[in-house]
Amino acid sequence: MMIGLGHYLTVAAILFTLGIFGIFLNRRNVIIILMSIELILLAVNLNFVAFSTFLHDMVGQLFAMFVLTVAAAEAAIGLAILVVYFRNRGTIAVEDINQMKG
Amino acid sequence: MYAAIVFLPLAGAIIAGLFGRLIGDRASQLVTCGAMALAAALGIVLFVDVALGGANRTVDLSNWISSGSFEVAWALRFDTLSAVMVSMVALVSACIHVYSIGYMSHDPSIPRFMSYLSLFTFSMLMLVTSDNFVQLFFGWEGVGLCSYLLIGFWYDRPSANAAAIKAFVVNRIGDFSFALGIFFVFKLYDAVGFDTVFAATPEKVNIYDHFLGYDVHALTAVCILLFIGAMGKSAQIGLHTWLPDAMEGPTPVSALIHAATMVTAGVFMVCRLSPMFEFAPDALAVVTVVGATTAIFAATIGLVQPDIKRVIAYSTCSQLGYMFFAAGVSAYGAAMFHLITHAFFKALLFLGSGSVIHAMSGEQDMFKMGGLGRHIKITYVVMWIGSLALGGVPPFAGFWSKDTMLDAALLSGSSVGLYAYWLGVAAAILTAFYSWRLLFLTFHGKPRADHHTMEHVHESPPVMMVPLYILSVGAIVAGGLGFHYFVGEGHTEFWRDSLFVLPEHDVLSKMGGEWPDFIGLPTIVAVIGIVAAYVAYIRLPDLPSRFAATFRTLYLFLLNKWYFDEIYDAVFVRPALFIGRGLWRTGDGAIIDGLGPDGIATTARNLARWVSARQTGYVYHYAFAMLIGVVVIMSWYLYRRIG
Repeated sequence: MMIGLGHYLTVAAILFTLGIFGIFLNRRNVIIILMSIELILLAVNLNFVAFSTFLHDMVGQLFAMFVLTVAAAEAAIGLAILVVYFRNRGTIAVEDINQMKG
Repeated sequence: MYAAIVFLPLAGAIIAGLFGRLIGDRASQLVTCGAMALAAALGIVLFVDVALGGANRTVDLSNWISSGSFEVAWALRFDTLSAVMVSMVALVSACIHVYSIGYMSHDPSIPRFMSYLSLFTFSMLMLVTSDNFVQLFFGWEGVGLCSYLLIGFWYDRPSANAAAIKAFVVNRIGDFSFALGIFFVFKLYDAVGFDTVFAATPEKVNIYDHFLGYDVHALTAVCILLFIGAMGKSAQIGLHTWLPDAMEGPTPVSALIHAATMVTAGVFMVCRLSPMFEFAPDALAVVTVVGATTAIFAATIGLVQPDIKRVIAYSTCSQLGYMFFAAGVSAYGAAMFHLITHAFFKALLFLGSGSVIHAMSGEQDMFKMGGLGRHIKITYVVMWIGSLALGGVPPFAGFWSKDTMLDAALLSGSSVGLYAYWLGVAAAILTAFYSWRLLFLTFHGKPRADHHTMEHVHESPPVMMVPLYILSVGAIVAGGLGFHYFVGEGHTEFWRDSLFVLPEHDVLSKMGGEWPDFIGLPTIVAVIGIVAAYVAYIRLPDLPSRFAATFRTLYLFLLNKWYFDEIYDAVFVRPALFIGRGLWRTGDGAIIDGLGPDGIATTARNLARWVSARQTGYVYHYAFAMLIGVVVIMSWYLYRRIG
């Protein structure tokens, strides 16, 4: 069986959906949200790389490197915010983070 | 120089009114009283110069309105009629100003009071010296405004505010008609200056106006419209209801309204417009009937009122009725004569009753007085003088003028004249009766006040008594001195062209100017009234109450002032309130506010509340919203690309 573009895209789609559900169905922990975002970004990366190979265009892989960098930075900042948030409020449960409302 | 008479009170009013806090109570009193005293002195000079000396003049001040053919000037017209009024108003008002220093000495806002008094006087002087209808209207409204301010002077009393509003509103009804009359004058003459209008009047006699399918005699319509204005201002039957309630104001205000300013304006206006009324005999008949009816009507109410000031208020109403019927039978001189004598004795009576109230620590109910004659002798004497003058006992002032008016009514020969004569005679009995009822209840008999109040009874300070002396002199001699000029042989020479009477109406000349008999019918009926009051309130003190019990309906009818207030309340006030409330609640509240500002605001608020309820604060809700947004945008984009 030849592993083609469709397989890559399917895996990426599954990962993306997992990420989305991770965000919405998760009621406990903000860290899980961060992980879900990483998952989504990974799915996107997978798409980039797959299409890059398929289309023989290096720009896609280049862009994947950018996304990885941004994801790393985002994870660092997100975790730093989490630490500060925990210090201030004593919890990082998603249920308790509802200050941003009208 | 004579313009100063009019503007000195205004200057006093401005200084005391605007700078009263700065210069203090004493200085405000001095400024206003000084200005008034100077004006009164100048007023007497003016009287001698213009009325006796014959030096008529018109002082042009400036142009007021100049629009097409509509020209109105500020001008002061000094002829005999206005000179008589100006000198009387200035003199009486000066007395009242001085009296107020004493009467209002405990009041916290003296400068305001003095300022209003002066402004009131200024308005009245402006009214009597006006040279055209519009300026007359200015003064007319000025006195209306000042009466409102002064009746409601004690603005923390709800009753005073109600009385002030009532006075203002009732006067508006008359003023509305008065304004219509002025419009009509302009339509008819294309001018509003007195000289132009009077000169053109004889040509307008045959003009009829088509109105609602009727041919209306234009001049009669004008005169009746203007007269309704006079009825409002002079408190004639129908529009009189504000006058007794005006007693809510401080007593000097009552004196000012009843003697010098305000109520005399209507009589003055009819006399001033005599060149027009003379050509409208039907209007004169209306004036006579209304005047005579008011004279008897007010006198009957005066019989039973328990409040000392209200009795005098109704007597003013009644005496104004006399003046109107005198004017109605073309005896304008007699009307003005009574106006002047009345001003003296009515101011005297009011200020005297103020002195009584002052002595009784604010009590106004005569049934709680009694026996005061021994304690406040001077007030007692001046009240007797005032009552003798009011009752028409010779040789006091009221006798001369009242006798002349009754004679004029009888001699006029018309049926309305006879109606006025007999009602006038009947009212004279009642006048004497209620005047002496007032005297007997207040000053004679046993004290009915409690011990504490009686101990406190004291004569008023000199600053209140001196004006009473001046007015007493006026109430005694004004009639005898003025008779020759106002209505006697000298009257044509005295009034000259300021009053106009058609030869066939000229009752005063027909009377020949003889001195009235001291023992005529008016004197006899006055004595009957006095004796009746003596019997009822001194000899047989239980007679009035037994009488009231026997004729209970009549008594209640009179005590409730012929139920005028109740009828007006049911016919006008309640429906007006009902309509007003309906318009307010449904028209303004439900429709305009409900759909307009309030409706929009409510919608916006509800929308905002709905939107803000969507903002839960949970991160995953926001993320979900973003996702949905992305999906929607993507779908739309793809749909556009494909479709």
